[in-house]
Amino acid sequence: MAIDQYLRKRFFPHIWCAGCGHGIVLNNMLRAVDQLQINQNEMVMVSGIGCSSRISGYVDFHSLHTLHGRALAFATGVKMSQPNLTVICPMGDGDALAIGGNHFIHACRRNMDLTAIVMNNRIYGMTGGQFSPLSGTGITATTSPQKTIDREFDIISLSLASGATFVARTTAYHYKEITNYIKEALQHPGFSVVEILSQCPTHFGRRNKQGDATEMLQRYRQNTTSIGSEAKQKNPELIERGIFRQETAPEYCAEYAELINRAQQS
Amino acid sequence: MDMVQNTEKVEVVSGNKSAAYGAYVCSPDVIGIYPITPQTSVVEDLTQFIADGRLDAEIVEAEGEISAMASVIGASAGGARTFSSTSSMGLFFMFDSYIMAPLYRLPIVMVNSNRELLPPNTVACSHQDIMEVIETGWIHIHVENCQEILDAIIMAYRIAEDPEILLPVDVCYDGFYLSYLREPVNIPSIEAVNNFLPTQDRPTLGGPNNVFSCIYCGADQEMAELRYRQQDAMEKSKEKLEQVEQEFAQHFGRSYGGQLEEYRMEDAEIALFCMGSHAGTARVVVDQKREQGIKVGLVKLRMFRPFPQERVLTALKNVKALGVIDRSVAFGWKGGHLYRELRSALYGHGLEIPMADYIAGLGGHDITIPLIERVVDETKGIAEGKQYQEITWLALE
Ligand SMILES: Cc1ncc(C[n+]2csc(CCOP(=O)(O)OP(=O)(O)O)c2C)c(N)n1
Ligand code: SF4
Repeated sequence: MAIDQYLRKRFFPHIWCAGCGHGIVLNNMLRAVDQLQINQNEMVMVSGIGCSSRISGYVDFHSLHTLHGRALAFATGVKMSQPNLTVICPMGDGDALAIGGNHFIHACRRNMDLTAIVMNNRIYGMTGGQFSPLSGTGITATTSPQKTIDREFDIISLSLASGATFVARTTAYHYKEITNYIKEALQHPGFSVVEILSQCPTHFGRRNKQGDATEMLQRYRQNTTSIGSEAKQKNPELIERGIFRQETAPEYCAEYAELINRAQQS
Repeated sequence: MDMVQNTEKVEVVSGNKSAAYGAYVCSPDVIGIYPITPQTSVVEDLTQFIADGRLDAEIVEAEGEISAMASVIGASAGGARTFSSTSSMGLFFMFDSYIMAPLYRLPIVMVNSNRELLPPNTVACSHQDIMEVIETGWIHIHVENCQEILDAIIMAYRIAEDPEILLPVDVCYDGFYLSYLREPVNIPSIEAVNNFLPTQDRPTLGGPNNVFSCIYCGADQEMAELRYRQQDAMEKSKEKLEQVEQEFAQHFGRSYGGQLEEYRMEDAEIALFCMGSHAGTARVVVDQKREQGIKVGLVKLRMFRPFPQERVLTALKNVKALGVIDRSVAFGWKGGHLYRELRSALYGHGLEIPMADYIAGLGGHDITIPLIERVVDETKGIAEGKQYQEITWLALE
């Protein structure tokens, strides 16, 4: 099926700025769904608020556009009531890890079969470029004209430590990896986190003199490398891309069904 | 604009800046605020005052509205004069701590820029956000223009800190129509405000003369007593506003009518009833209709909580019909909030005036002169005994 079959065209033109990485994520996320041949009526997209979260308005799946930071909490309810549906949550870095940080770690811990996509542009795009818990130090944002002093989260370490059973990272430049990792994540029977570095030329790029979208994409090519590569050994500064964990563990909805069974037997 | 009494300067400012000036002249010690949307530019103006060395206050830039309010609750319990600001979803995210402030009897003053709630995805003007928190024990004062924002904040501190009241006050102004509208505003000098607003002794954490404790209260008797005292203080705040306004007028030469303003009501046979920025438009319509010989007046509500029942009964006692303009929907009750309140205030209290409710201005829809003219015409029809519709959604037309 052509990708545009999955779009709600009446909501176009979309709100994203020219060069925003979020559109690349949308495109390749739809390719993943298409390649897996998941029925549109069995897909639920749950998002919070932010430029990234707008994705839920553009796709022709069941969709809930909820509260800032709360996508995973709403998604938990959806999955508990309809465990057979495939639930995917696109989130911004602020959405997922500032206001929604608590939901995020507990979702990892619970291992419910949900797919969390963190579109990490290291800034609050929608609200005008305030720094986020992913900005890291030395970043200029509207709320840090003298540069940030706050250290950032590492989404991968946080997800691993919190118990997520599928954890991967790529960037908007590596679009084929986006499709592949989202495919793996959607098929994984547990909680999956896919971090995608996604450029915000309007706020992050402009304020931090990173050039236009093309330059920002080039940067993703240059400053990332595959997990365990030789390049990484030579230059530890490089950010690793790849699948950091893929292992099965008891899935929450299945365990819950089992619990109900036990309670009914006793 | 003429310089009036005790004005240091007149500046053309947005409603948000007027709110920031309102806080500034009251010299708050601690400002707790979430700095991002749906916050308004109030926070930028306040941080600028601090950066320029004009305001000596601690500013807590919280990671969410709930902790912004929590920080001012802590500071206020410790004796500080505090200020905050929010709107829309921010107000709801603040809710858990918002409801604690009145129970703790803390004289916090904040502003709300009245806006829609999500979903759908808009933060345009309406009264829907603030109407969702009317029964939380906060005093709610609504204003019509940028000057009134500043003045209401100064008066809010006087009421909040009065030993007989000790309740938080939310000064509410319409998002966009006032928050980003620029008007000339008289900014009083800090000395003049200090004279009007002396620091009051009150129970605080670590205070020398009195013990302050916000404790868990399990026994129902105690709970009832706390509630009763809270309600009693709310009742008293109505009269307090009248007194404070009179004094404010002596100090600064401006007044707004206290709990409500009556405009051309002396001989009015019919009246418009509304609250917020469109009261200005309603005033224009009243003038035009008066020229056509229609005896219409306007009641502009200022204090929504506590609801000024006595003043409303007096203001409307000679009116034959009433047209109410609501900028919010009381879900599950056919009309809007003002209409609902008015029915409780009037009916059963000797004033069964026929009235119609008009729901208008949702999602930033303009409440225009023609819309209000229509309300006046139909209200005149009601007074003449014509058939009428109880609730009309002008917002749909
Ligand atoms: C309770 C609450 N507080 C604040 C906001 C305002 N808000 C909307 S989106 C957003 C941040 C967006 O940043 P991010 O999640 O990183 O996504 P991006 O826009 O960068 O894709 C904020 C703070 C809100 N909607 N609700
Ligand atoms: S502001 Fe940034 S994140 Fe938002 S659409 Fe524009 S480029 Fe994308």
